Amino acid sequence: MVENKLGRQIPEPYASQYGVYTGEFTHIKHYQRAAAKVQPVKPRQPKLMQSIHDAIVATGLKDGMTISFHHHFREGDYVMNMVMAEIAKMGIKNLSLAPSSISNVHAPLIDYIKSGVVTNITSSGLRDKLGAAISNGIMANPVVIRSHGGRARAIASGDIHIDVAFLGAPSADEYGNINGVNGKATCGSLGYAKIDAKYADKVVAITDTLVPYPNTPIAIPQTDVDYVVQVDAIGDPKGIAKGAARFTKDPKELLIAQYAAQVITASDYFKPGFSFQTGSGGSSLAVTRYLKQAMEKQNVHASFALGGITSAMVSLMRAGLVDNLLDVQDFDHPSAESLAEDPHHYEIDAEMYASPLSKGSVINQLDVAVLSALEVDTKYNVNVITGSDGVIRGASGGHSDTAAACKMSLVIAPLIRGRIPTIVDDVNTVVTPGASVDVVVTEVGIAINPKRQDLMAMFKDLNVPQFTIQELRDKAYAVTGTPAKIHYGDRPVALIEYRDGTLIDVVNHV
Amino acid sequence: MEIKHSAHAGTLESSDLTVTLQPATAGISIALTSSVAKQFGDQIKQVVTVTLQKSGIQAATVKVNDKGALNCTIKARTIVAAYRAADKTDYDWEEINSWIN
Repeated sequence: MVENKLGRQIPEPYASQYGVYTGEFTHIKHYQRAAAKVQPVKPRQPKLMQSIHDAIVATGLKDGMTISFHHHFREGDYVMNMVMAEIAKMGIKNLSLAPSSISNVHAPLIDYIKSGVVTNITSSGLRDKLGAAISNGIMANPVVIRSHGGRARAIASGDIHIDVAFLGAPSADEYGNINGVNGKATCGSLGYAKIDAKYADKVVAITDTLVPYPNTPIAIPQTDVDYVVQVDAIGDPKGIAKGAARFTKDPKELLIAQYAAQVITASDYFKPGFSFQTGSGGSSLAVTRYLKQAMEKQNVHASFALGGITSAMVSLMRAGLVDNLLDVQDFDHPSAESLAEDPHHYEIDAEMYASPLSKGSVINQLDVAVLSALEVDTKYNVNVITGSDGVIRGASGGHSDTAAACKMSLVIAPLIRGRIPTIVDDVNTVVTPGASVDVVVTEVGIAINPKRQDLMAMFKDLNVPQFTIQELRDKAYAVTGTPAKIHYGDRPVALIEYRDGTLIDVVNHV
Repeated sequence: MEIKHSAHAGTLESSDLTVTLQPATAGISIALTSSVAKQFGDQIKQVVTVTLQKSGIQAATVKVNDKGALNCTIKARTIVAAYRAADKTDYDWEEINSWIN
């Protein structure tokens, strides 16, 4: 066991293999960027394959290789299950699965793990049945949880080498030019897929909308794509927007959003040309709405909004309040449409979005980020991966990336959810270190991280109740009672990588 | 108060619970199902036991299906189940008030 800087115990051999977390920016070092092995395509050589089976054969996929998928279709994805079913049928085993994330619809992976088709997984998150199965210990090797920026870093630095990427393409031509804005299941930005296309040895585009050459706009170019396959359907458009919240009417969420917007607008960062990122949760969307009111009233417009893009952000750009949207992923259909129509709505890849080892990612230019949390502890550490029962059910996403890089990070969460306190003594699992978290916003008030004395001074006259983080915890425990500690087994089921590749925490089986 | 027959109170909405009481010869035994069992299982059993004892019940077979209820809700549902099981309707609010917090 090696204790990392946050006091978390990291077992061997993983501590030596990955290194342990030593601080936000202590592990940022120069490196040799990885590159794909390329099989050039000659004139008059077709890329169109008759079936997924034929494409898999053509890629030379073998036992023990690493394959990847993107998660832009979110809960509407058909591609991963379709390809995995074929791979299983072909008898290929011992694969490492490296998708950008995994959704509830991918529960069939449980069978492929049990049958030995998949023996390693890295992902941003694990949901529902798969998360529970992995927490119960169905895999011999622990899953590696990586943030969106961390995954881009791992691919660019060669920590993840993708042998074959299977990329769902809302539209493609026979020569492999892909975009996410035309077709039947339009997901908008293909920001996470772009990295796979660039770094994978073999790239298969799987589309249900084959269009005449050339398919423009070109999000992923033909120069990165080996094969193209046409199938009946790659995804369910409804599933792409599933979980994307409508504007909440929940008074608790509205109050949290209102406090968050007050913090943002009272800060020195709120001035013409500022930038922000908000998420897709109920409170997050409401923050965007309250921000809009303040921006209109005070005539402050933003230079850009970043991240997972929602229609709430699109409406701000249409109202002339935001100059540019930098878009790595879309959470709903109007956002995908806007990406197609508006030149100031710009598609960026995951490396440009958040990689700590790029030559400067967009989050480094970000003023304010609004982030969610399952748990926050009195050291300001945030958990977004395990539930209060210790079972893996969330996703790392861009949480630790954005929190570390932006000028002011807000973590918004209700004080309690049902009987579960959100502000606790120690989070079950650290995903984002307290050093990256500046203000915690709940419905009873806010807590400012004492390391940000500048913010304390900035907000001393703010008309929002202010507490220490310990006081917020006490308020939560007063309602719920003090929760008992979760009893874990001794076998690691997930390694939580910090964005720089070191281990910030480990999840054991329950 | 004595349990005369099986009775229950509560719902399975989130943040609520159902408490089902059945006669028993001696002692209070609780079968608990809870969405927050790992964090609060012991506390829930403790609250139910104490509430029954304060209501004057020494023997009961209890089934609790909890959906993350707070202690105040657990106490309220337990008291109602106890009164129903004992066929009592004359709630002594002052007496209950003297110990419920």
